[in-house]
Amino acid sequence: MENKKFFSKGELILILAGLVLPFVFFFSPYVQGLLIFIMMWVVLGTSWNLLAGYTGQVSFGHAAYFGIGAYTAALPFLHFKISPWWGLLTGGIMAVIVGYLLGVIVFRLRGPYFALGTLASAEILRIAFGEEEWLTNGHNGILYITTWVTKYPYYFIIFALAIGSVLSVKLLMRRREGYYFLSIREDEDAAMALGINTKKYKNISMVVSSFWAGVAGAFYFIYMGFIDSDTVFALHNISIITILVGIIGGVGTIWGPAVGAIIMVLLQELFRSAIFGLAPQWVSGMHAFVFGLLVIFVILYLPGGVVGDWELIKKKLHINSKTEKS
Amino acid sequence: MGILTLKNVTKNFGGLTAVNKVSFTVEEGEILGLIGPNGSGKTTIFNLINHYFPVTSGEIIFKGINITHKQTHEIAMLGIGRTFQVVKPLKRLSVEDNVMAAAFARETTFEGARKVAREVLEFTHLDHVAHMKAGGLPIAGRKRLEIAKALATRPSLLLLDETAAGLNPSELDEAIDIIKAIRSDLGITIIIVEHIMKVIMNISDRIHAIAFGTTITEGSPEEVAKNPTVIEAYLGSDYH
Repeated sequence: MENKKFFSKGELILILAGLVLPFVFFFSPYVQGLLIFIMMWVVLGTSWNLLAGYTGQVSFGHAAYFGIGAYTAALPFLHFKISPWWGLLTGGIMAVIVGYLLGVIVFRLRGPYFALGTLASAEILRIAFGEEEWLTNGHNGILYITTWVTKYPYYFIIFALAIGSVLSVKLLMRRREGYYFLSIREDEDAAMALGINTKKYKNISMVVSSFWAGVAGAFYFIYMGFIDSDTVFALHNISIITILVGIIGGVGTIWGPAVGAIIMVLLQELFRSAIFGLAPQWVSGMHAFVFGLLVIFVILYLPGGVVGDWELIKKKLHINSKTEKS
Repeated sequence: MGILTLKNVTKNFGGLTAVNKVSFTVEEGEILGLIGPNGSGKTTIFNLINHYFPVTSGEIIFKGINITHKQTHEIAMLGIGRTFQVVKPLKRLSVEDNVMAAAFARETTFEGARKVAREVLEFTHLDHVAHMKAGGLPIAGRKRLEIAKALATRPSLLLLDETAAGLNPSELDEAIDIIKAIRSDLGITIIIVEHIMKVIMNISDRIHAIAFGTTITEGSPEEVAKNPTVIEAYLGSDYH
């Protein structure tokens, strides 16, 4: 970790590109919608990456914090007509509280047991929020007429949140907290012998991580205007996709989740639309199968993800283009 | 009153008594050797001092503070550093980042931690591999990295667990020099567990010998080497 300028040139170009991108696609609200989802997944993937990628606490239940964020925006609206926009703040805070409380339980577990504990906590919340109809409207969900028809404001809000999440992780990782997260990931026993209060620093990682997941959830409600417990606490559509975003982009890299978000949103869209209607309809049912293959491929050949193993990918491509020429 | 005192420390694992009423005191600035055959409880004693396991009975006093029931990270912050017999490098981090993570125990800024890390790396002759991944170090480097990480937490007492095992003769001499310098240059008290007699006889001021979890003798290296109980414990009763 060299103490260079905070943003490299490449990163600044990436951020500027993000600023102009919605104007490039001014003619297509459809593409703008995809961009919004990409940015939302950047927030969620970055959140997961801090806890799982940097601190080594692999969460299989990030939908828990996403869903809590979404419901924190939605419930005051449903019952008291309070604007869901407050959720961008309160959703994050509520997710932190829930994350901390769940942490008390799941941080007693290590490795695969921790993963199962987090998976269970998200499932418990999904079922509870689905059953308690007096509070949540149950499976009928909560509906909200969105504030704007145009996509621009939504894009810039979620873009700012995406940059904010990436920035917060980047800042943390060059401080004591970051070094302690990495130490815990590499060897928890060794970390304790170095004077690291592992419980405390796992909680810090959890708090920051669940905050961003909660914010992403609140944004989802504000933007989509509809949630029910099966959507926002979903195991396959939220928790698992969050992990895929992290793994494919690059676990434990700053920009990995951003790259993973682009790949995953585009892939999902490709399948949802059955390759833009060009392929027969059954293709759209193949997404889980293809994601599974993709994960196997990445774990076998690119364990660092696209960002983590970028040098390797460049080398491979370079060799290929050379052999083609000769 | 020494820097560290163990009073009748006992550890049971189920029905097995791994450490049985062991008492000793380490004086400030001393190098105490802890010897005993395999399985005699040396590493367990280290694990009790820094509270990887809770003691069954007895007391451990460090600088006048009862640390018997303090947590591992609190004990490290009070000033007890340790190395592991089975080395525990933070594999995917660079050597410098490993030591920086340790240095953050006393430093709050990135620059401060890096300064401490570079000093320690120079002291332990690791400065030339500072940017290598710790997982890629050969065994001698990993053993020294263990020492470097412990030193970066700025301890006043250092527990060295077989830091010389698996080294070749020239690496061994280097390790002995570093351990001696830790005491003479940094003024750190040391307890050392070691099987290699060349190391333990060469650098210890005093030796505490145990077998089957029980103290058999304590004294100067010469006294301990001549003690019939020690010889019996190591070589069997035929060598009397």
